[in-house]
Amino acid sequence: MDALLLSRIQFGFTVGFHILFPTLTIGLAWFLVFFEARWRRTQQAHWLELYRFWVKIFALTFGMGVVSGLVLSYQFGTNFSRFSELAGPVMGPLLSVEVLTAFFVEAGFLGVMLFGWDKVGPRLHFLATLLVAIGTTNSAFWILSANSFMHTPQGAEFVDGVLIPQDWWAIVFNPSFPYRLSHMLLASGLTTALVIAGGSAWCLSRGLYCEASRSALKTAIAVLALAAPAQIVIGDFHGLNVREHQPMKVAAMEGLWETTRGAPLVAFAWPDQAAQTNRFAVEIPKLASLILTHELDGEVLGLSEVPRAQQPPVLPVFFGFRLMVGLGFVFVLLGASGVWTWLRGRLDDATRLQQAFMLATPLGFVATLAGWIVAETGRQPWLVNGMIRTADGVSPIPAASVAVSLALFVLVYGLLFAAYLYFVFKLVRKGPALPETHLEAMRGARPGELLIDEAEPQGAR
Amino acid sequence: MDLTLILAGIIVFGVGAYVILDGFDLGVGILFPLIPDDAMRDTAINSIAPVWDGNETWLILGGAVLFAAFPVVYAVALSAFYIPIMLLLFALIFRGVAFEFRFKATRSKNWWSRAFTGGSTLAAFAQGLLLGGILEGVTTGPGPQGSGIALEFAGGSFDWLTPFSVITGLGVVGGYALLGATWLNMKTEDGLRDWSRAAARTALYVSLLALAVVSLYTPLKFDYIAERWFADMHWLSLSPVPLATAVVAFSLYRELKAGSHYPPFFYAIALFLFGYLGIGISLWPHILPPALTVHNAAAPEQSQVFVLVALSITLPMVLIYTVYAYWVFRGKVEAGAGYTH
Repeated sequence: MDALLLSRIQFGFTVGFHILFPTLTIGLAWFLVFFEARWRRTQQAHWLELYRFWVKIFALTFGMGVVSGLVLSYQFGTNFSRFSELAGPVMGPLLSVEVLTAFFVEAGFLGVMLFGWDKVGPRLHFLATLLVAIGTTNSAFWILSANSFMHTPQGAEFVDGVLIPQDWWAIVFNPSFPYRLSHMLLASGLTTALVIAGGSAWCLSRGLYCEASRSALKTAIAVLALAAPAQIVIGDFHGLNVREHQPMKVAAMEGLWETTRGAPLVAFAWPDQAAQTNRFAVEIPKLASLILTHELDGEVLGLSEVPRAQQPPVLPVFFGFRLMVGLGFVFVLLGASGVWTWLRGRLDDATRLQQAFMLATPLGFVATLAGWIVAETGRQPWLVNGMIRTADGVSPIPAASVAVSLALFVLVYGLLFAAYLYFVFKLVRKGPALPETHLEAMRGARPGELLIDEAEPQGAR
Repeated sequence: MDLTLILAGIIVFGVGAYVILDGFDLGVGILFPLIPDDAMRDTAINSIAPVWDGNETWLILGGAVLFAAFPVVYAVALSAFYIPIMLLLFALIFRGVAFEFRFKATRSKNWWSRAFTGGSTLAAFAQGLLLGGILEGVTTGPGPQGSGIALEFAGGSFDWLTPFSVITGLGVVGGYALLGATWLNMKTEDGLRDWSRAAARTALYVSLLALAVVSLYTPLKFDYIAERWFADMHWLSLSPVPLATAVVAFSLYRELKAGSHYPPFFYAIALFLFGYLGIGISLWPHILPPALTVHNAAAPEQSQVFVLVALSITLPMVLIYTVYAYWVFRGKVEAGAGYTH
């Protein structure tokens, strides 16, 4: 394997690993804002329990996001130095603004949020939680703007071989950005809702921490029921936008080889890129045209419009897309069943639904990764669509260096992921309950006062 | 107004902030296994737990602004220093996760302590390797035909590995240990503080030795540095730098001996700043010798303006709430206060 392929695998692996953590922390930060707001408003202890439990998961996940994110901010230069040199004038400023408006905000107030209970008043503590949530969302805004530019570049021109920014407004708000941002934020909300629903359903099914679990489950169901259908709508708009700007990505998503009017929806097939055809295809007539053009006989471009070398790899795009969309509909169903059961007041003893939520806990991550594979693999062979080829962006470094670092990334990230899951499960087993003896003191207590008499000796941890 | 100079100044500021702020975090990690007992180790790590993440963010800012303002340097340096950068990243990964994992672990706690120390020490060493590698210079050549790339890395994978860069690596480990020890002297009490004060003295000797070696060796080895310091009576106008460094080092020694709480940490910072200034004088106007200078590596003005506008709005805010975060956690850390979230 050459340095290019190894660098692509390494970049894909490290970004794919990283994306899991912010996907959870962006959503979870806003759940924490909600929990703390409810606690401040109602002074009901279980809201504080929820906050104190989920903030631990948040801290763990955030830590993983920070360390795996640091890698990315340097990996452009280490592995794609030619891309960095050519596109640095556009990408660098966007990443700089992300650091300034997101990472510093998160890092500055996370300390107060986690360790500041007895150092600042309740209002300032709530403000810290809110600012961390705003920080995580800012981060999504800027990194997705930079990412969207790579899909739908505008506002910059090549001058003497280097990409020179001409209009920053056009660059930041490039055509795919609004869709990508809403799609990702909804994905984050859905993923978090599924994690919280799964955890709460597990507790409810065992009769643990029922008051807190019920409130958390209701919050998660509400988010799921709103965000899942919204995601389908946004996804559709995003698809239309991709069709306009990256028609070959859509062709790969649909498994469509020839340009067709009234194109069928390929429900299942094994796309054979070598033969430029689908095997074992199961098709629904005209549905792809209807979805993509909102007309029965609309024209959809096929992959054969471009030479083989300019086609994205069809297999991962095709199956990633089906997995993502399939899960999207599962989420709608889960949200609807959740609301139905809630309205009938049966959340506590709906065993089937609880089991479904437990099983669905990791599915948001699966859908997010699948969608990300569709978007980024579908962009190939371009690094910046139509402007810089992936092959022209790689660093002039030997394959051996990349092979070693890639092997280490796989090893280290595997280890870290195992440790992360181990500690998450450990926290879940410990549960959200504050010690019984403090329940009275908690009602009406300021967070700081609460923590002082809750402090445990180190050995107990 | 020369935007390039302002941006170079901001990168210098950012890297300086990183070196000092994460320097004391990493220093605590380097000293960690030497701290006498487990309760003291918990106190030591608690003293940096609320701030380390913000401190590390300066490294990301440095990288991102370099990418924005001097993309050529970002591209050439990172591909030239692929291996030490990867070492640094892996080290910072272990250091970073160790904070959370160590406090949640029971049986594996010692392993995460080792990850914390190993990560901190390797990160410091890798940063020293980078410093040495930058001073040694990077081989560059033109990019492939028709690629639009004027200049790229054209050397070997291990060019950065020299006796000199190993010495700067060890020097940075010693220097960070000094920052960490004086930080603990400031933030803790009783047994841990007494221990830190003794550790600070040893770290001071190591740092001064490294500083001396670098100061003597670089002008002998690199003509461009010799010329900067010694041609045309430059040594006379530049002499306040080494003199002030000596005064600071002596004051630090005296304050440590006198048992002061706060001054040693700030003298240690001053020592770092003078060392940093010395390196800056040696390098200027190069960013990455011999080919890349502040001016020939600058990004187009459109990029500079965007970044500067963003910086001028956000950086003051960052500074204000960073100071606020330190203010919230001011004073001595409670011994064994626990990791309370």
